[in-house]
Amino acid sequence: MTAAAADPMQSFIRSRWGWRDWLLTTDHKRIALLYLLSITGFFFIGGAAASLVRLELLTPKADLLGEEIYNRSFTLHGIIMVWFFLIPSIPAVFGNFLVPLMIGARDLAFPRLNLASWYIFIAGGLIVLSAIIWGGVDTGWTFYTPYSTTYANSAVVLVIAGIVVAGFSSILTGLNFIVTIHTMRAPGMGWMRLPLFVWSTYATSIILVLATPVLAIVTILVAIERIWTVGIFNPDLGGDPLLFQHLFWFYSHPAVYIMVLPSMGVVSEIIPCFARKPIFGYHFIAFSSIAIAVLGFLVWGHHMFVSGQSIYASLIFSILSFLVAIPSAIKVFNWTATLHKGTIHFRTPMLYALGFVGLFVLGGLTGLLLAATAVDIHVHDTYFIVAHFHYIMVGGAVMGYLAAVHFWWPKLSGRRYHEGLGIFSAILLFVGFNLTFFPQFILGYEGMPRRTASYAEEFQLLNVLSTAGASILGVGYVLPLIYLLWTLRKAPDAGPNPWGATGLEWSVSSPPPQENFAETPVITGPPYAYDTMSDPMNQEYVHG
Amino acid sequence: MAERGVARQFDDSGQKHAAATLGMWIFLAGEILFFGGMFIGYTVYRIRYPNAFHVGSEHLYLWIAVANTAILLTSSLFVALAHHAAGTDDSHKSQRLLSWTIALGLAFLVLKGLEYYLDYQERIVPVLAFDESAIEGAEASNVQLFLIFYFIMTGIHAVHVTVGVAVWTVLVLMIRRARSVVGYRNIVEMAGLYWHFVDVVWLFLLPLLYLLGAS
Repeated sequence: MTAAAADPMQSFIRSRWGWRDWLLTTDHKRIALLYLLSITGFFFIGGAAASLVRLELLTPKADLLGEEIYNRSFTLHGIIMVWFFLIPSIPAVFGNFLVPLMIGARDLAFPRLNLASWYIFIAGGLIVLSAIIWGGVDTGWTFYTPYSTTYANSAVVLVIAGIVVAGFSSILTGLNFIVTIHTMRAPGMGWMRLPLFVWSTYATSIILVLATPVLAIVTILVAIERIWTVGIFNPDLGGDPLLFQHLFWFYSHPAVYIMVLPSMGVVSEIIPCFARKPIFGYHFIAFSSIAIAVLGFLVWGHHMFVSGQSIYASLIFSILSFLVAIPSAIKVFNWTATLHKGTIHFRTPMLYALGFVGLFVLGGLTGLLLAATAVDIHVHDTYFIVAHFHYIMVGGAVMGYLAAVHFWWPKLSGRRYHEGLGIFSAILLFVGFNLTFFPQFILGYEGMPRRTASYAEEFQLLNVLSTAGASILGVGYVLPLIYLLWTLRKAPDAGPNPWGATGLEWSVSSPPPQENFAETPVITGPPYAYDTMSDPMNQEYVHG
Repeated sequence: MAERGVARQFDDSGQKHAAATLGMWIFLAGEILFFGGMFIGYTVYRIRYPNAFHVGSEHLYLWIAVANTAILLTSSLFVALAHHAAGTDDSHKSQRLLSWTIALGLAFLVLKGLEYYLDYQERIVPVLAFDESAIEGAEASNVQLFLIFYFIMTGIHAVHVTVGVAVWTVLVLMIRRARSVVGYRNIVEMAGLYWHFVDVVWLFLLPLLYLLGAS
């Protein structure tokens, strides 16, 4: 509005570069980049902790780290990856970057709140990291009582404080998205014309807003109990440790959908683009996102089959857990149907997206096994569980995140990356991932317990395979970091729409202008009109 | 081009108002879940230890709670009137009414503090001053559990009242400085929603904590 402002149609990256212009920015695109930088940092910290865990498990004896440090390493890995990478990953980076662009808005509804969310997130992260100085925490990311309240001898309260603070960032981000999607859509952008990424961000935001407060209160109660030794969850003083698990999983199960729903949204954008076909079953995919968000709130008890809850409760939770598979399967079938008779281009984002579908199916199907009480009781607290949720969170959520990074990198940076390197590292990741986690299904089925630094000799071979896979996985994570950063130095310009994709974000220049749109766009048709578009990927194969 | 006085991401003040209203309701939905965790905990233990919760409740000061209920409800009336005054551009009236809200909010907090002090003297404050011999008719540790919930729930509620009082104070000062309430109508309405919510939470706390033991 001020006359001194630079050209509003200048690229958001190029326009002013003072420290204020970045650290006090209210531009959703710049805030997305702030998140991108910070969660990349957290990812590699969490990854370092995972490497320690895998190295310790190379041999059956607890010889490298010892029990104490091992417990602290896997706890740090879990806490950092869950709350400081997976939860904010796609929503905070790509939700921020894309939602206003996709719906034809100038910004989110509350830009200053958006910036505040980032600062709150960073404050929470720094509090958790500062706990490492005090020796870290050894409770596992689940903080089970009464261990966390009474027996654990580590920085529980400090870490909880960090998680509660970061939780407020989640709530405010979710709130901002819901309001933006409701009130800021461009003329003609009806609900049934929204890109599916927006639908999945909407569903995710509902969970962020409604589940996170329960995590906040239950962890505050743990902190109160720990500081003042009162008996909220301690059975010696009349409390009930099971109450903690109910409240904790009321958040933490839906949190799984906070991690995987956004990836589903990403995949729903990528598959039609690289199959050159309109998405199959738009309405089903959109509403199955909402169905997953709603059903996701009703299944937390499947984490407590062996915790002593009533068998009738277990029965109901088991049935409801089976129900969540329905909307998830609907999505998979629709993606598959989109591929059917499509002109498929196996470019980097597509490989990640297909990797997501495959690994998510395996993670989801093993989830069905675990929803059956009989199987769950057999493999409870074994590596089968570890393998299952890593197939969802790494095979699903991280693959989806990297698919998003590779799909929108040309939009975000304006540059093309080396396609060959991209394809190579996508395949490397897929192989490394399966080598790391598939052996863990077998280990768990054979009875290797989780959360232990030492194990029986006969499990060593599969553990060595898993650790070897983890090192391949590590290379697969570092490689994109290198070649994507390299594009900032030297790489061909991407142009506004290198993939020939539909969607408003591709109608503006790359990187997008500060103001997003020169004038408010008017939407006249449905999304994913690939049947009416030309395919630039047919004409040329550009190398970075 | 955007309307004057409306942030650049919005097209007009109607859109801004719709966004603010929806945002506030979503925030309050989250607040319900936040308090909901405490209410669930309370309910679980009340079903398990009905007698101890009854005994614990008898130790609370019902007259203070009733007075506080009246105070809080009246303060909400002043908020509603102030919102109406802001709608008719009556800056002085809305300032005056909101000052009453602030005064009543402070009165609530003073009475609440007095109640905590009386609890302290009676030695029924867990951790700080808890005398098992002060409890008769139920297992002391279970009564203590009731009292823990009493302090946590009323404590977190009091934090919310404090935040509300701070918001109203800043708002009154801003209206005074601007000599006009026109630019602040939205904020009066949103802060009002919050204040009414805090009021409603209290209306649940009153029967659960105080009326339980009143017979």
